[in-house]
Parts: sequence; structure tokens; C-alpha cells
Amino acid sequence: MNDVLDVALRLAIVFVVFLVAPLLVGQTEHKVMAHMQGRLGPMYAGGFHGWAQLVADGVKFAQKEDVVPAAADRRVFQLAPAVALLPYLLVLAVIPLGPGDGAVGQLVDAGIFFVLAVMGIGVLGSLMAGWASANKFSLLGGLRTAAQLLSYELPMLLAAASVAMAAGTVSLTGILDAFAWWWLPWQIVGALVFFVAGLAELQRPPFDMPVADSEIIFGAYTEYTGLRFALFLLAEYAGIVILCALTTVLFLGGWHGPFGADGLGWLWTLLKTALLAFVVIWLRVSYPRLREDQLQKLAWTTLVPLALAQIALTGIVKVAIS
Amino acid sequence: MLHAAPSLVASAAGDHPGFLSPSGVEIAFLLVGLATLGAAVITVTTRQLVHAALWLVVALGGLAVEYLLLTAEFIAWVQVLIYVGSIVVLLLFGLMLTRAPIGRSPDADSGNRWVALGVALASAAALVWVVVDAFRTTWIDLDGPAQGSTRVTGAFLFRNWVLPFEALSVLLLAALVGAIVLSRKRDTETGTGTGKNTGTGKDTGTDVGTTSRTGPSGAPGKGEKR
Repeated sequence: MNDVLDVALRLAIVFVVFLVAPLLVGQTEHKVMAHMQGRLGPMYAGGFHGWAQLVADGVKFAQKEDVVPAAADRRVFQLAPAVALLPYLLVLAVIPLGPGDGAVGQLVDAGIFFVLAVMGIGVLGSLMAGWASANKFSLLGGLRTAAQLLSYELPMLLAAASVAMAAGTVSLTGILDAFAWWWLPWQIVGALVFFVAGLAELQRPPFDMPVADSEIIFGAYTEYTGLRFALFLLAEYAGIVILCALTTVLFLGGWHGPFGADGLGWLWTLLKTALLAFVVIWLRVSYPRLREDQLQKLAWTTLVPLALAQIALTGIVKVAIS
Repeated sequence: MLHAAPSLVASAAGDHPGFLSPSGVEIAFLLVGLATLGAAVITVTTRQLVHAALWLVVALGGLAVEYLLLTAEFIAWVQVLIYVGSIVVLLLFGLMLTRAPIGRSPDADSGNRWVALGVALASAAALVWVVVDAFRTTWIDLDGPAQGSTRVTGAFLFRNWVLPFEALSVLLLAALVGAIVLSRKRDTETGTGTGKNTGTGKDTGTDVGTTSRTGPSGAPGKGEKR
């Protein structure tokens, strides 16, 4: 009975984090973008600096009519937001927050593989949405999503493989246990590749070709309204949280920090994740969108060779020190 | 269908020590196997092309759950990563690029369906026979340490089966190179479009890239659908 309670409690915590963290990132994005552009951003909702803006947005979304286009494939259209969102919930459950077995929602032996595999499913949601909308813009968005995913999944996997080689395990907690500070310069190329490829997989600027509003309105999500649209947005921000947390765990040492190793490890994880989330927002404000050919070129001629070079370096160093 | 067959057989073998008192895991295995088989049958019988690809996701996911129940965690996640994450995405990409109408597409049936059924049954029978022959007396001890963990799988693969593994990688490399050669040749000849949608005019990099990466498994599927 105690075990059941323990598991239920963990899953409840994961669920709450899953609902709150993306909103935090979203609100931060509102404010950070605004201040970078010399605006104030939301100021009224909730009173203090518009802290409740996203709550208000949620209420607004819930009130809107849920429209399914007449020519759409109803069931696939309605299922797509759930397929896009749920994988991130599953991934969040296996990311270790602090040292020891207690600070993770659910231990998974092949953690890296689980995380990358399940994240890949989320993109199916975009594809389903793009196809089922019966809209040319949506279909184009879906196509761009697929093309982007096919090219960026490879460097992401290779970069993750490099860390797994370095640690000698594919378990996320195992990687953190094996971490030492000099991994940071050792794996820095892999970290950059992983983060960039992850951004592309999330379709965040500057890799937002699939949802380029000036070209194809909002890509695969063009026909969505109300709560279903909100779910897609939530998936995007949950994706940011997951990507930043994963980069933290794999490359930045997670709960390792210069001090406060006992009891404060989770704070380091959160801090690094928040910092990376800030970078994601920063990139959105400061970088222009990449064109499709530039996207493909970056993936195949830059990221893949870099990731392979990182794997070679990891292998050489690993053999040298053992 | 081909994918579901081995899993069902494995479940039958798993039931062997005690048919009359199956454990919860065995019942779950059987139920998931039935669901997987159902999804696989729908995949090959549905008249809606994209629905077929989506049902394939269900079938492959069910197969991953079967691996999990057999304690082969690593294999399960790799299954999801490669098949659901890459192969099906590629399938959908190919469908969207060429022809993916919403609703039924009765003209998508080929005249070969009986031959295909025969081939499917034959290969299923071969697989069933091999698997039953090999694993009829193998039991998985669910109470002990996991027997399919990443460490065990890796050690097994790289100690006992290195040669087949390397031979496979050479085969895949050959397929990769072949796909690149084929796609290049087509580009220089005429550069004809593949379907009603755009995608050819954009750049050759996309085309070469996607084709080459997935050549071995993707190409037959696309050809068959057309």
C-alpha cells in the first residue's frame, strides 16, 4: 500500500509540474520578449505585473468554440493535440531532479532511449494535425515538420549517444552519477548539437519554418481553435521545459554544482533548466527564421559531422583514460 | 500482421509451464498481443491510406509493450525510437508528398492482394516456426533481476553476435550508398516531380537527405502505395 501511495504521489507531483512549468516558461517569454523589445508586456491580469496573464488566456481558450472543419478527418483531427502533448508528460516523469533514486518520478533503465523515443512520438501529433485539417497550409506545415524532424533527429541521437558513451550507461541517473566537471568542456560540442537539434525538433525560432506565420499562417495548427489549440501551445512550452531539463541532465551535470551538494541539488537542476529556457526565449527574439534549404544544410553539413566528431572525441578520451 | 505474429507465438510459449493458472503478466501479454494483431490487420485492410500508417503506429507501439512485458526494456524503446519515431514519420512524409486524400481511396488497392496474403502467411509461418523452435523451452524469471536490461542486451550482442551485427551494418551501409546513387541519378536525368505537391523545386538537399537516410526500409513502402 505504501508503494502505491508513493507512486501516486510521485505521479501527482510530476503532473502538477507538467501543468505549471510550461506556464512559467510562457509567462517568462511574455515578459522577457517584451522587455527586450522595449515594451512592458502583460501588466493587468492578476494585478502584479500581469502574473495571471496565461491563466486568463486559458480561461479564454476554454470559452472558445471548438471548431472542426467540415472536410477534416474528424477523429484524427481531434486526437492530434493529445498525441502531441502526452509524450512530454511521460518524459517528464523520468527526468531526475536531484541525487539518489528518490528525486525522480520513475526510474527507467534505458532512460536516454526512453526519452528520445517518446519525444519522437510527439511530432506525430503535428503530422496528424497537418494532414487531418484538410487545409493546404496545414499540409505544408506538416510536411515541413516531417522534413525537419527527419534531418534533426539524427544529430540529436548522436549527441546523446556521445554522453552515454562517456558515462558508460544509458540511464539518466547513472549519467549524473558518473558526471565530473571536466565533462563540460569535453562534451560541449555535443551539448550545442543536442540543444540546437532539440530546438529544431520543437519548431522553436529560428527553426520555426513549419509554423511560419508569414508564409503558411500557423502550419499544422492553422485550423485549431479553443482548447485543442491551447493543448498544442502547452505542448510547445512543455517541450521547452523537457529539452532544457534534458540538456541540463545530459550535458550540464544536473544536480552537480559548485556547492550545496547535500539537499540543494534539485535547485541546481532547476536553475540550469531555467537558464536554458531563457536562452530559448532569447533566441526567439534575436534570430531570424531559417529558410528550408538553410535548415537542411545546417543539419546535414554542420550538426551531423559535429556530432560524429564529438563521438570520435568521446571514444578517444574514453579509451585514453581507462 | 507480420509484426504481430511472432509476439503471439512467444505468448503461447510463455503460457506453457502453467496453462491453467496464467499470471497477470501473461494475461496482459496475451491481451496486448491481440490488440496488436487487431491493429496490424486494420493496417493492411483499411481503405484510408493515412489511417493505415496511423494504425501501424498502434501495432508497433503494441509490439513495444510486448517487449516491455518480456523485460526487454532496451529493445522496446529502440523499437519505438526507430519504427514509430522514424519509419512511420517517413511513411507519413512520403504519403503527404505524393497522395494522401482524406477519406477512402479505393484505387489504392493493388491486384496483388492474394499474392501478398500468401507471402505474408508464408513469412509468418516461417517466423513462427523459427521462434517456437528456438524459444519453446526458454522461460523468463520475472522475479529476479531484469534479463533484458541494456547491459545484458549489450553484452549479449557484442560478445555472442558481433559478426551478424557487423554484417548487418555493412548491409545497411550498402543500402545507404545505393539510395544516394539512385536519387542522384534521377536528379541529373530529368528531375521530374513525384506528385502534385511541391518539394522537388525547393532543393535537392532535402530529397537526397531524406531518401538516403531511410532508403533501406522506406523505399519499398512508398513504391507499394503508389
